[in-house]
Amino acid sequence: MSATTTHDEHHDDHGPAKGIMRWITTTNHKDIGTLYLVFALAMLFVGGAMSLVIRAELFQPGLQFVNPDFFNQMTTMHALIMVFGMIMPAFVGFANWMVPMMIGAPDMALPRLNNWSFWILPFAGTLLLSTLFMDGGGPASGWTLYPPLVLQTGNALPFAIFSVHLLGVSSIMGSINIIVTIMNMRAPGMTLLKMPLFVWTWLITAYLLIAVMPVLAGGVTMLLTDGFFGTSFFQAAGGGDPVLFQHIFWFFGHPEVYIIILPAFGIISQVIPTFSRKPLFGHDSMVYATASIAFLSFIVWAHHMFTVGMPLAGQLFFMLSTMLIAIPTGVKVFNWTATMWRGSLSFETPMLFALAFLFLFTIGGFSGLMVAIAPADFQYHDSYFVVAHFHYVLVPGALFGAIAGAYYWLPKWTGHMYNETLGKVHFWLSAIFVNLTFFPQHFVGLAGMPRRIPDYATQFADFNAISSVGAFGFGFSQLLLVYVVIQCVRGGEKASAQVWDGAEGLEWTVPSPAPYHTFEEPPLVR
Amino acid sequence: MSTNLRKHDFNTFLTALVASLLGNPAQAAWEVNMPVGVTDASAKIFDLHMLIFWVCVVIAVIVFSAMIYCLVAFRKSKGAVPATFSHSTTAEIVWTVIPVLILVAMAVPAAQTLVEIDDTRDTEMTIKITGYQWKWQYEYVGEDVSFYSNLAASSNETRQLRSGIDPFQEDNYLLDVDRPLVVPADTKIRYLITSNDVIHAWWVPDFAVKKDAIPGFINEGWFRVNEPGVYRGQCAELCGKDHGFMPVVVEVLPREEFTAWLAGQQGGAAVASAATAR
Amino acid sequence: MAHAQDKYYIPHGTKWPILMSLGLFTLFLGVSVWLNGGNATPAIIVGLAIVITMMFFWFGEVIGESEAGTFNDQVDTSFRIGMMWFIFSEVMFFAVFFGALFYARQLALPWLGGEGSNFFTNLLLWEGFESSWPSNGPADVGGEFEPMGAWGIPALNTAILLTSGVTITVAHHALKEGNRRVLGLFLALTFLLGFIFMGFQAYEYIHAYQELNLTMNSGIYGSTFFMLTGFHGMHVTIGAIMLVVIWLRCLRGHFTAKHHFAFEAVAWYWHFVDVVWLGLFIFVYWL
Ligand code: HEA
Ligand code: HEA
Ligand code: CUA
Ligand SMILES: [Cu+2]
Repeated sequence: MSATTTHDEHHDDHGPAKGIMRWITTTNHKDIGTLYLVFALAMLFVGGAMSLVIRAELFQPGLQFVNPDFFNQMTTMHALIMVFGMIMPAFVGFANWMVPMMIGAPDMALPRLNNWSFWILPFAGTLLLSTLFMDGGGPASGWTLYPPLVLQTGNALPFAIFSVHLLGVSSIMGSINIIVTIMNMRAPGMTLLKMPLFVWTWLITAYLLIAVMPVLAGGVTMLLTDGFFGTSFFQAAGGGDPVLFQHIFWFFGHPEVYIIILPAFGIISQVIPTFSRKPLFGHDSMVYATASIAFLSFIVWAHHMFTVGMPLAGQLFFMLSTMLIAIPTGVKVFNWTATMWRGSLSFETPMLFALAFLFLFTIGGFSGLMVAIAPADFQYHDSYFVVAHFHYVLVPGALFGAIAGAYYWLPKWTGHMYNETLGKVHFWLSAIFVNLTFFPQHFVGLAGMPRRIPDYATQFADFNAISSVGAFGFGFSQLLLVYVVIQCVRGGEKASAQVWDGAEGLEWTVPSPAPYHTFEEPPLVR
Repeated sequence: MSTNLRKHDFNTFLTALVASLLGNPAQAAWEVNMPVGVTDASAKIFDLHMLIFWVCVVIAVIVFSAMIYCLVAFRKSKGAVPATFSHSTTAEIVWTVIPVLILVAMAVPAAQTLVEIDDTRDTEMTIKITGYQWKWQYEYVGEDVSFYSNLAASSNETRQLRSGIDPFQEDNYLLDVDRPLVVPADTKIRYLITSNDVIHAWWVPDFAVKKDAIPGFINEGWFRVNEPGVYRGQCAELCGKDHGFMPVVVEVLPREEFTAWLAGQQGGAAVASAATAR
Repeated sequence: MAHAQDKYYIPHGTKWPILMSLGLFTLFLGVSVWLNGGNATPAIIVGLAIVITMMFFWFGEVIGESEAGTFNDQVDTSFRIGMMWFIFSEVMFFAVFFGALFYARQLALPWLGGEGSNFFTNLLLWEGFESSWPSNGPADVGGEFEPMGAWGIPALNTAILLTSGVTITVAHHALKEGNRRVLGLFLALTFLLGFIFMGFQAYEYIHAYQELNLTMNSGIYGSTFFMLTGFHGMHVTIGAIMLVVIWLRCLRGHFTAKHHFAFEAVAWYWHFVDVVWLGLFIFVYWL
């Protein structure tokens, strides 16, 4: 690997361009990271507002606010926005900011492509959101887009499909960039196994993305041709099968959920050692566990389809392979615990969110294991028990991971300490309300409440009311996050380079805020 | 606009919480757990569910205790000094192998149950179920009896947007139909399920039966109900705007009563009422 | 520019990407409206024009930088790794359609014919249907059709593409040896073969539609046939255009024996298109 230094012909003395053009034309990994993060935060509120429509309607039985079709549009858009618009961009934002700094690189390897990866997103989002204002409204088939139902979508169908294509292009380009950066831009001495875990989890995530986003793209393309050009991929009459789409979707969809959680694992693996003041336990086995999870994620997809009438052997295979994922995930949970063991713990906001992650993600993992048991899944499937499962892994899992990361690195990004008291208040409100929202959903699910319904039988009323209260509480608590972030950007106590006394890694060797260009001369890695 | 979170809600909540903690679901005002159900399969699945549940609880108690112990014992504010170890091969082998053993122990009964449920041999009668947007059609194969089953009219009225009718005043809000499926008790019944438009799923929690209705394909399954009674469920696959409004109701009659009922239906009388689709 | 070779090149700000996105947005907006039966020709044309113009400027800028010697070896490696993984993503894209083909042939059609636990599927819904390949499904969707034989044009096309794989390799060697004349000649041969391939493919489509009644409507056979060959054809077209571009660049004296990432990227892409075709020939036309 040759020397890694920056060469910037036009403004060797590095201020960024001024005004809005700075953000539109930037090729700087920090600027682009910021764009991603701001976009994600905005989408959290858009997608969240939709979930609040859902929860408002479900507050009590009977239809009070929206008609069923609009309800289904909200469910669909909520999920698409949260998954593709919020959580994935958030983690790409972290990758942009932190990966070059963590491996001692001057920037991402392909900066212009990086700019494009981001600037596809707002257009793709507009394409998707615009459908809500069309004749017949947005897609209402659930985020899983199963045919034949999805083909009943009105004018929204092509818009939604092309939007998925664009989002896919963005993800693939972003992933290529991350892989190239990690493979080709490491400072001398930064061997693969010396890389921090966040870098590792993102490397593996990027491989997953490149492998499965094209699959989704192909799947929705077939939807498009079935819908508009008379093909029969998903129609039995012509020799196709609606279930084929489900296989394609979940071949993408299952790795997708690990795409969502692996970067969060990475962040947690940075935060816990810092605030335990002790190195991460079993760094290498964490890497192998991550790789195993990624590998297994390709052979478990049909656990979302136990009720479609698969042959028995298929059900057995997918049940058993799914159960295996508990093993590497367990290794991770145990290693995090062992990291804290005999450490010296303190409880700043990032650590609090990481701890909540540890407990609540594990609960979500347990319910995941339960739904993996095929015969029992005949009862759980498409009930609120599943909704409870995946929100535990997505909200106090992935989202808390992102929030932990935000608090952890905010001082490095802005040069200021955030308001610790408000951070803690934000934590406690979030932690309490998130459980209030999603724990009762286990109960209604087991008792037989199907998901994706705008109205329900009266015996489910009490828990749904509690869940709705929790959702509004949780949602409005997030305004506090916005406040803390803005306050921190604008000023506050100066942050030192080290920021956290237990923090280790290259990103803590540069001043806070990190200079516009870091590591023009490669750092020394021991 | 309808009123009401009912006033006694909070009391109900407490009673139920206490009841469920004491492990007596019968006293609970609402269920917090999967129904045991009324078929052999549902009982087996319930046991399986409880087994995995308790396994998870035990693991959770152990793992969470360890975590909580860390949080309490190794606080910087209490002067904890960090150790420096960063791996232990023994420990890592232990916590890889133990979960493997646990999983194997779980997989065996799970696989057994799966195989049993799959066995559709020796069925005594066959019913064909067809999903429509948004109703079910039931055909008694070989009996010339067939009819549609729609959401009950009163529920349908109440569920309209801002109907102003209080759902709590209905007996089985959203879980009642105009014509239930009627089947005999103690009979191994095969059902064939398909759809006429989009995918639906036929779900009766008390039977532990959930199978997708795929247009163009026929899935099959079976159930044998031990106790006569009325059992309710819902469509469990998003099928469009009225997905929430196509319940499943099954009336299980003792065998003789069923034979009499079936005789009364024969000759197409039943088919006519089907036309009253919404 | 003296010290350029030992620095990693971080380009200054760029406005092409956002305009590119705007172009794609306009294009997709237009196509969506058109699919919904509206009139959106202007949007489609404008969108397409923006996309093409942006590619022109964007690639033009990169080419300029490359020729100016801005890229050191490390940058070159970045491009290579990037291209490799891009091609991998394309492989996965084709894998879906092959997957659909295998699924239909190995599972869906046999099930419709009553195999596995689908006795009743066949008996009650598609009585008398027997699974076979090629098939337009139990409902005979699109009516009688004739499948595309393998040993006519497709076999010829296989030979053409394989030959083009050889010619581009010859061109590559010529480039490395500094033999510009052979380089230009064989590159030209390569894209000419590509265009001939496309010509045959177009002829085959017309033949299919007009004489064989083989259309996208012809059930699962027509669906997989046109989806796979169509996307492949699209990739051949793109590949051939890229070949033309690097040919023009060669004529202008671009590339050196050591430094010709763009050439190799296009060559990889061309080989990838070639390999996909072999898959198509075997599984779509032949077996
Ligand atoms: C971040 C996202 C995320 C993550 C990480 C997971 C993790 C897991 N998921 Fe989840 N899942 C979703 C997101 C996620 N899931 C979503 C979005 C859906 C629904 C999609 C839709 O239908 O719309 C879904 C649905 C879903 C289903 C389909 C349910 C249905 O529709 O019927 C299944 C079935 O197997 C499943 C299983 C699992 C399993 C086994 C894990 C495992 O990875 C969990 C492993 C973790 C643990 C087990 C805990 C820690 C381990 C230990 C402490 C070790 C010891 C433990 C044991 C030995 C038990 N998930
Ligand atoms: C990362 C992904 C993610 C995240 C973060 C969330 C977050 C939340 N989800 Fe979501 N959800 C999914 C992914 C996610 N969800 C998926 C994949 C589905 C399946 C969809 C399907 O079935 O197809 C789903 C489905 C789903 C359902 C089931 C719907 C149905 O079956 O009909 C429900 C119901 O309660 C729900 C609720 C919530 C709530 C309350 C939150 C909360 O955590 C959100 C917190 C809220 C906020 C952050 C909002 C803040 C807003 C304000 C304060 C208002 C002010 C507004 C402005 C200033 C603009 N979700
Ligand atoms: Cu029928 Cu949902
Ligand atoms: Cu999954």
